[in-house]
Amino acid sequence: MSRTMIILLALVAIVFAVSWAAKSASLDDQYDDYISRGFLITLAAFLTLSILSFLYKDNPFYKFAEHLFVGVSAAYWMSLGFWSTIVGNLIPRLSVTLSAFFKVPHIEDEYALYILPDKVSYFIPVVLGILLLMRLSKKAGWISSWPLAFIVGTTAGLNLVRYLRSDFIEQVSSTFVPLLVDWQGTGRFFSDFNLYAYGQFVTMLGNWVIFIGVLCGLVYFFFSKEHKGIFGGASRVGIWVLMITFGASFGYTVMGRISLLVGRLTFLFHDWLELIG
Amino acid sequence: MKFKMLLALILLCFVSAVSGFGQSAEEIMALPDSMAMAPPAPPSNVRGVDTDNDHGHSITLTWETSPDDGAGLNNVIGYKVFRAESPDGPFIERALIPSGGTGHIDVGAKEKDANDYLPDHVGFYYKVRAITADSLIYAESEVFGPVQSYGQWFNTGRVPVLVFVIFFLFVTLFFIQKAKGGANLFVRRLAGIEAVDEAIGRATEMGKPILYVLGLGTAADIATIASYTILGRVAKKVAEYQTGLIVPCYDPIVMTVAQETVKASYMDAGRPDAYYEDMVYFVTQSQFAYVAAVNGTMLRERPATNIYMGKFYAESLILAETGALAGSIQISGTDEIAQIPFFVVACDYTLIGEELYAASAYLGREPLLLGSLKAQDYAKAAAIIIAIIGFITMNFGIEAFKHLFYVSN
Repeated sequence: MSRTMIILLALVAIVFAVSWAAKSASLDDQYDDYISRGFLITLAAFLTLSILSFLYKDNPFYKFAEHLFVGVSAAYWMSLGFWSTIVGNLIPRLSVTLSAFFKVPHIEDEYALYILPDKVSYFIPVVLGILLLMRLSKKAGWISSWPLAFIVGTTAGLNLVRYLRSDFIEQVSSTFVPLLVDWQGTGRFFSDFNLYAYGQFVTMLGNWVIFIGVLCGLVYFFFSKEHKGIFGGASRVGIWVLMITFGASFGYTVMGRISLLVGRLTFLFHDWLELIG
Repeated sequence: MKFKMLLALILLCFVSAVSGFGQSAEEIMALPDSMAMAPPAPPSNVRGVDTDNDHGHSITLTWETSPDDGAGLNNVIGYKVFRAESPDGPFIERALIPSGGTGHIDVGAKEKDANDYLPDHVGFYYKVRAITADSLIYAESEVFGPVQSYGQWFNTGRVPVLVFVIFFLFVTLFFIQKAKGGANLFVRRLAGIEAVDEAIGRATEMGKPILYVLGLGTAADIATIASYTILGRVAKKVAEYQTGLIVPCYDPIVMTVAQETVKASYMDAGRPDAYYEDMVYFVTQSQFAYVAAVNGTMLRERPATNIYMGKFYAESLILAETGALAGSIQISGTDEIAQIPFFVVACDYTLIGEELYAASAYLGREPLLLGSLKAQDYAKAAAIIIAIIGFITMNFGIEAFKHLFYVSN
């Protein structure tokens, strides 16, 4: 470790200690556990700044925050998976004795009467899970392909029906829109013309955009034909429609990201430094 | 005279006190009606059947309204539906329907420990009570039952979905057979995918690895499945050129499949010795911790090429921006509409939505994938034709065509 790094680390340690002491002192009259609260707020601020330091370049503080974040989250998700999925969902349905051992209420098998004998349906995921773990063995590793095939195949099959309905049938039928809405003649159209969001003109314009946009968008995603001539023209309109949509989506999401940044800055300047009220 | 008047006044006050003293104006106004109210005629012809096209735990009830609902005495303000497991009760109230109502769907919970549990294959008895403004004055129908609920295997409200599934299945099988028979199925050039080979060559020349990110999807997401195929192709090229490959994974099952895919590609390329399991590794299932780790890898390993293919969420821009800062060539593809804009602005090439699925077929040139890609194109052609017909029919005021595409829940 270089001398500069040692000095930098010592400096950060001193700033951390001072911040901890100052924060604890400011919380003294509000909480009994002000020392631990002061430590946690200071640590959170230190980790936030460590992550933000990535904007400058990769550095030891970022590496520390990254490894801490990854390690803690990996352990947390594993623990959560065990306690919520295996102990929370599986064991209460598998066995009364095991439920008592883990101190979780036993749940009766609601599918037992109609499809499979009692408890059998819950042993299927248990067996698949064990087969999946077989990949830890060099000799029996090939068995793990079976549960993988089962997971990928069944979910893809189920998704096919779901997507076909929501992304195909319902979207196509949503393009069945009238071109002329509440049409009472050209004179009436111009005399009542307005740009209200639910007005006649905007609704009709929206219907035109939906119909042409969907058709040209579909043409763009047609892969069996070169995009030339009329087909190419429609495809170009399609990509324009897509890009305008993406632009709107981009702006909308950036606004959301700014609110996240404001949240972190509020934490730093309000909760930690108490510079803003 | 004064005495008589005083006596009359006292008598009037006494009568008032007996009849309505201490009651609110509304109560006083309500009393004459209530006192005068006769019980309404009961609802009749109560019938119950299992609710159609569902998973069970639901019974549909119908009845004919009381003759005093909106006519006759006109004093019915609603109906209460009661259910019991025996015709003698005890009956529990299940619903309150406003006057004029002639039916109710009694939906219960399917969980045995829920308070609202309605078991299938158990006979239930129902009665309907016509209620009035006075809770003591009502009329009940005859008890109907027993009626049982049960689930159906086939939801007739989703016939359009079945028709389209059969159509796609037929078209897919047809084109797969055609591709297997050696037919030359044309697929137009995809710039993003053409760039993959170029990017692998660049990485080889620079002696730097390729970072392949499969996204945050599960092993069964369609985007992840498409990404496996592209990963297989990339891994094969990487094995041939002896370039490094880094595949950090968010999902342990995705990691397992990715390991198998890369291993198979190295074997196909005749380089099984060059494969080692740690080139595909698990990071964490926490979204931003995963991003922090991948960002760190980008800046430390400085991969020549970053490929993002699969399902991405809020991390898309963070990854792509860091990759751009690191100076890597970036190729991305996702079907997550909200994330495509970020990839478009930060990556060199982006596969938009379905291009990701097409890319796997384009690269693989396998009959199975090519056949399904052709089937997708024909489905799109069908969608265009249906949209045009629907558009024309709607503009001529014919609603029947639209109803053909109605899918129930």
